[in-house]
Amino acid sequence: MSFLEYAPAPESRAILSLRDSYGLFIDGEFVDGHGTPFQTSSPATEERIATIANANAADVDIAVAAARRAYDRTWSRMSGRDRGKYLFRIARLVQERARELAVAESLDNGKPIKESRDVDVPLVAAWFFYYAGWADKLDHAGLGANPRSLGVAAQVIPWNFPLLMLSWKIAPALAAGNTVVLKPAETTPLTALLFAEILQQADLPPGVVNIITGAGDTGAALVAHEGVDKVAFTGSTAVGRAIAKQVAGTQKKVTLELGGKAANIVFDDAPIDQAIEGIVNGIFFNQGHVCCAGSRLLVQESIHDEVVERLKSRLSTLRLGDPLDKNTDIGAINSAEQLERINELSDAGVDEGAERWSAPCEIPENGFWYAPTIFTNVQTSNRIAREEIFGPVLSVLTFRTPAEAIAKANNTPYGLSAGIWTDKGSRILAVADQLRAGVVWANTFNRFDPSSPFGGYKESGYGREGGRHGLAAYLAPSSAVSAGRAGAQRRLETGESTSAEPDTAAERPARPTRTRTTRAAKKGAAK
Amino acid sequence: MSRLAVPKTYKLYIGGAFPRSESGRTYEVVSASGAFLANAAKASRKDARDAVVAARGAVAGWAGATAYNRGQVLYRIAELLEGRRAQFVAEIEDAEGATRAQASAQVDEAIDRWVWYAGWADKFAQVAGNANPVAGPYFNISVPEPTGVVAIVAPQDSSLVGLVSAVAPALVAGNAVVVVASERFPLSAISLAEVLATSDVPKGVVNVLTGSPAEIAPWLASHADVNALDLVGAGELDWVDLEFAAADTLKRVLRPEQGPDAAAPTLDRITAFTETKTVWHTKSLK
Amino acid sequence: MSGTSLVTARERALAVLGGEPDDATLRRYLHGIAGVDAVGLEQRAAALGTRSIKTSSKKWALDKIISLIDLTTLEGADTPGKVRSLVAKAVNPDPADATTPRVAAVCVYGDMVPFAVDALGGAHGDPDDGRISVAAVATAFPSGRASLEIKLADTVEAVAAGADEIDMVIDRGAFLAGRYGLVFDQIAAVKEACRRPDGTSASLKVILETGELVTYDNVRRASWLSILAGGDFIKTSTGKVQPAATLPVTLLMLEVVRDWHLATGQRIGVKPAGGIRASKDAIKYLVTVAETVGEEWLQPHLFRFGASSLLNDVLLQRQKMTTGHYSGPDYVTID
Repeated sequence: MSFLEYAPAPESRAILSLRDSYGLFIDGEFVDGHGTPFQTSSPATEERIATIANANAADVDIAVAAARRAYDRTWSRMSGRDRGKYLFRIARLVQERARELAVAESLDNGKPIKESRDVDVPLVAAWFFYYAGWADKLDHAGLGANPRSLGVAAQVIPWNFPLLMLSWKIAPALAAGNTVVLKPAETTPLTALLFAEILQQADLPPGVVNIITGAGDTGAALVAHEGVDKVAFTGSTAVGRAIAKQVAGTQKKVTLELGGKAANIVFDDAPIDQAIEGIVNGIFFNQGHVCCAGSRLLVQESIHDEVVERLKSRLSTLRLGDPLDKNTDIGAINSAEQLERINELSDAGVDEGAERWSAPCEIPENGFWYAPTIFTNVQTSNRIAREEIFGPVLSVLTFRTPAEAIAKANNTPYGLSAGIWTDKGSRILAVADQLRAGVVWANTFNRFDPSSPFGGYKESGYGREGGRHGLAAYLAPSSAVSAGRAGAQRRLETGESTSAEPDTAAERPARPTRTRTTRAAKKGAAK
Repeated sequence: MSRLAVPKTYKLYIGGAFPRSESGRTYEVVSASGAFLANAAKASRKDARDAVVAARGAVAGWAGATAYNRGQVLYRIAELLEGRRAQFVAEIEDAEGATRAQASAQVDEAIDRWVWYAGWADKFAQVAGNANPVAGPYFNISVPEPTGVVAIVAPQDSSLVGLVSAVAPALVAGNAVVVVASERFPLSAISLAEVLATSDVPKGVVNVLTGSPAEIAPWLASHADVNALDLVGAGELDWVDLEFAAADTLKRVLRPEQGPDAAAPTLDRITAFTETKTVWHTKSLK
Repeated sequence: MSGTSLVTARERALAVLGGEPDDATLRRYLHGIAGVDAVGLEQRAAALGTRSIKTSSKKWALDKIISLIDLTTLEGADTPGKVRSLVAKAVNPDPADATTPRVAAVCVYGDMVPFAVDALGGAHGDPDDGRISVAAVATAFPSGRASLEIKLADTVEAVAAGADEIDMVIDRGAFLAGRYGLVFDQIAAVKEACRRPDGTSASLKVILETGELVTYDNVRRASWLSILAGGDFIKTSTGKVQPAATLPVTLLMLEVVRDWHLATGQRIGVKPAGGIRASKDAIKYLVTVAETVGEEWLQPHLFRFGASSLLNDVLLQRQKMTTGHYSGPDYVTID
């Protein structure tokens, strides 16, 4: 027998006690949605997990109103110390239910259990612990004394790190004194709903966090809602762009964490074995469903062949399969749509003349899968070198000098992350200085920490999550009139309704809070 | 016996040179009482385009200068402004119909703001940056870096102090600037450009356009090579359209400010046009 | 099977180095090898350690571990009686279960070799044939602080007494002082001293004592140096210095062996020694071997555990798997 064909070691699903259907979590209770419910299923088996309520515009209204009430009556009046204690409670509850959350995450998302168990969920707890301690120390957040919370935060998160992205959003928002309406991704609502149960266990006051499930139109209605003072979004650059347009002309404060096409730069003096691991971790972690994935390998030409050979040999040891198996390295692609996109771009790579190599691995019969794949002979103009694939596909390009590496790395509208591999300290610092990316990993990749700011340059978005910067994104200086108050004031003056029309993010938004709307709207419509 | 005065020709300031508008257009600048003061260049979209090219070319050098150097260069501007104080006071008196005292106060405030911002050049990174205590064997540091090319619609209701209040903070971190001056009070902006041209500010770091903000700003807002948009003085424009256009390339946008506190000096105006970069490195004795 | 290769270490080193294996040439070569990032190495090792081994794989792994053990006693208090007891355990690890495999070798001080050979009797031989080899530590083990003459005499005596394998220590002082040529020459000389009159040769394991080399860059260089100089195995530790074997160090040495194999086609063995006491930990080493150099390395001529207490823990686990209930220390023998 082959020892490497370890017997299956699946994590038990017995730890889960899921309901057959989940409502929207509004005002501390699960309630029915007014939209048509949908199903969430396992991308590894395509089996149904649960039926999920669908929030329509009316539900968004209800959720935002609940958040506003909780903000006005409870949360904004509570001491920072007590807000912090709630967050500490949540952190502890996450730790207590860590395994359950990890299993649910792998089931719903398709990511390997070793990642949900060892990376996602521990970071979720860490994020709440970190921001819990900030709640009574806001004077030190960098905005001067007595900074103010913003009001109601609308938060829309993606499917690649469902619970982790929830923690990145909710923890700083609550620490700063805001209340929240959060919409998880349509394909991965499960852990957010388990998290709602945790909030009930924590006895968090009703309405402080509301979780509404649904598809893109739910998110668009939430972001567009007039009762919202802050918008935080993680997802694609296309949707981020639509959101930026939607909030144009409002007083909403926005944080966008969008796409990327990170360069992972390997110099010829790199610690080679660790660089190989870093390349693998950089692009194959979470099936490459990572906005900061090191999807462009820039390798010094002199070691190109050696690196590619080592990579292929290393990739051949990766184990693709059941996400709940503790030995699985590569799980399922999150959805049929995503698999379709990976296939399309990958085929485009071949059409454009790049050479495709995929690790030899058995693809399960059901579910959505993509074998770890490397493209060599990639040119900078190829689609696979420019567009975010968001899958386990690495494009290999070469460079000759540090300046060329920097130029190629920066030659993208994105600017989220980058990697540098070299033994030479002065080169690391100089290259890091010149990379136009919000996170630079030197001799490592894909590391995250609640104390470390994360976010992009250019079309990778704006604002930072994590650290003091991530807290400041949910605060305003004391001198400024709170956007929430001002928003309410404007509505009183203009007599406009607080309910927004449901609207898709891609459409041209209404601009209700702008006084000079007539001309603007007319001109805008011709755009 | 009175001497016949020699009037100044006010042109644009792009890439360290003083070109006329490529369109050949000018517009009449009049005093508060309606008297003719000068023909200012009326910049076109192509002038805006040229200015962005000049600014982009200047970013690397300016951002790459040491913070100490940038601070000194910015302080030098204040020194030169002080030397030409009388000229600016007279210009403002003419243009705004201000009293000598009001004009002097505006010039003094503008100079003092340059000095204040100049002093931030080698400090803001310490205040806005962080060493991050991550849970692992890593050195981890966050530093603010310049966003790149910043397009500014200067406050429209003043000749100098509004302009300075918008331009100076963007320069502190190492951005290059394309600024659309006050349409009504453009002359001090060009005089300021003359100061910049004779200071140590590298060419292209500041580019000054005069003319119609309503005409030029949309081209800057939609320009893919502009990284950020300061709409501080765009309150009377269709600024929502500008913010909307800026969203196409996810530009950082500061919304309009009105009133006496518009563009008041704050650290926030510096950090608004910075990007926080976080660098991780492994650490080990082994 | 002997460790003799057709070319001498010097000839091979000349070919690889492109010059005499003196301090300067070796320094250029060894310092030209890519560095090691300690954090990344340790993370990779930790990740390999999270592999979950169940049921049939685990049963296979436990037996494999036993068959790769150099059952060791290296005490000042060692006696012929102690060695006979060790040998008895090596031959028949679990008296209650005859299906239990034998260990690969017993490892003793040089003066104990005759007693080990005598006690093994017909069981003495190549582990590939189900027999047990005798390994002797030599060269002024564990410190290596003696003249070359004494080290060679130590080696010759052990080989003459019937040792199949010599576990030598490198001169760590010389290595840390940059005297790579000296370290090379000593290894090469000991390798020669392993030669028997009939032309065959004892297998040479080169102990790096990684706990004294401290840095991973040093471990990597010492590994290359030892292989260049003719070592058949590279071994982490004497067991007398802490830390002894660690998973990251072993992973690193396996990476060197993998790269050497890619470069020359020659297979070198790796022996982590000291500090591996639990089956759970030993399984992590097996995983690391399999995923770094491949499963073909999981055989006695290419991988060993230098251990004493590990065997009993493996036996306890084995009993658990056989009987279905947990066992206790009274159900395995002390040797």
